[in-house]
Amino acid sequence: MHEMSLCESVLQILEDNGRRRGFEKVNVVWLEIGRLSGVEIEAMRFSFDAVTRGTLADHARLEIIQVPGEAWCMPCGKTVTVEQRFDACPLCGSYQLQVTGGEEMRIKELEVN
Amino acid sequence: MCTVCGCGEGETKLEDHGHSHDHEHHHSRDQGGDSKQTGQNLHDYGRGPAHAHAPGLSQARMVQIEEDILGRNNQYAAANRRWFQERDVLTLNLLSGPGSGKTTLLTRTITDLEGQLKISVVEGDQQTTHDAERIRETGVKALQINTGKGCHLDAHMVGHALDTLQPENGSVLFIENVGNLVCPAAFDLGEAYKVAILSTTEGEDKPIKYPDMFHAADLILLNKIDLLPYLNFDVEKCIEYARRVNPGIKVLQVSALTGEGMETWYQWAKTTRQLASIG
Repeated sequence: MHEMSLCESVLQILEDNGRRRGFEKVNVVWLEIGRLSGVEIEAMRFSFDAVTRGTLADHARLEIIQVPGEAWCMPCGKTVTVEQRFDACPLCGSYQLQVTGGEEMRIKELEVN
Repeated sequence: MCTVCGCGEGETKLEDHGHSHDHEHHHSRDQGGDSKQTGQNLHDYGRGPAHAHAPGLSQARMVQIEEDILGRNNQYAAANRRWFQERDVLTLNLLSGPGSGKTTLLTRTITDLEGQLKISVVEGDQQTTHDAERIRETGVKALQINTGKGCHLDAHMVGHALDTLQPENGSVLFIENVGNLVCPAAFDLGEAYKVAILSTTEGEDKPIKYPDMFHAADLILLNKIDLLPYLNFDVEKCIEYARRVNPGIKVLQVSALTGEGMETWYQWAKTTRQLASIG
């Protein structure tokens, strides 16, 4: 359940930005979460609601933008899409893949009052 | 509550740590990183669409953040890393599931390397100081962090532990993370290397069941190899699985109980310690 700590970090970032940029209420939070980031989306939603209760983000909507996993296949010399870290290349079956995308865990944008 | 960083909320507890630290360590980084926002919102009006601030009109607006969720942890980790570099401390983050024999491996390592390496230990567990006590019995400095509800150590907790523990210059600091094959993988503590410990009683497919952990690791110690004759554990298969998630990973086969293979691990630790001194 490290989603709980991730949500606590999200809240900290929201509070910091609220102070710096002068907003008191967050309505919507857009998060970018990569397929290979190890984050369980449902756990994230659950934790987000629990963590934000009574804060500036109470009842805020959580929008999650899922970023596909991408890897560079050495034998093929191409970028391919992978679902999991240990997937074989969908084109040639090789495991010689270097993950190049899908590890994101970012707060992208907010709608605030 | 600690007024510099706001820590001390929640259930994290540092052994022997009454929170009276004077923050000589690295909190200054809190101030970094937001310079790009300076100058915005100097005026506190007209922030809504079309700069409307009439009654009844929505003041909702969009704010671009583009911040890494783990950004703060990574800042603390970078500060820890600087701290280690300044004092020439080699830090190894030990990761494994519960019951893989981490603490036994560590106590044997400390005993066997006595006089060869200066060692201190940070122990992470949800509750109890049992592990730190076991380590202290070997005669080295150890500090327990109890994470309470937390399932992993983070860089901030480790930063505080350093203030109290004060590892010696030129030493090796082992951080025994909370027994968990999932969460600790995501949290950089500022260590030089992550060492994953996997035991033969756990099943050879652990590396692909918990790929994030084995992907993040720099070295795998396959422990309890003395039990191989009694188990259906396929060592070759296990190494193959590990290399699927982490093609370059080294796997050392050891038994912390009988001492078999431990010499290779000691060589790795001593060589890595020497390399760290070179710069």
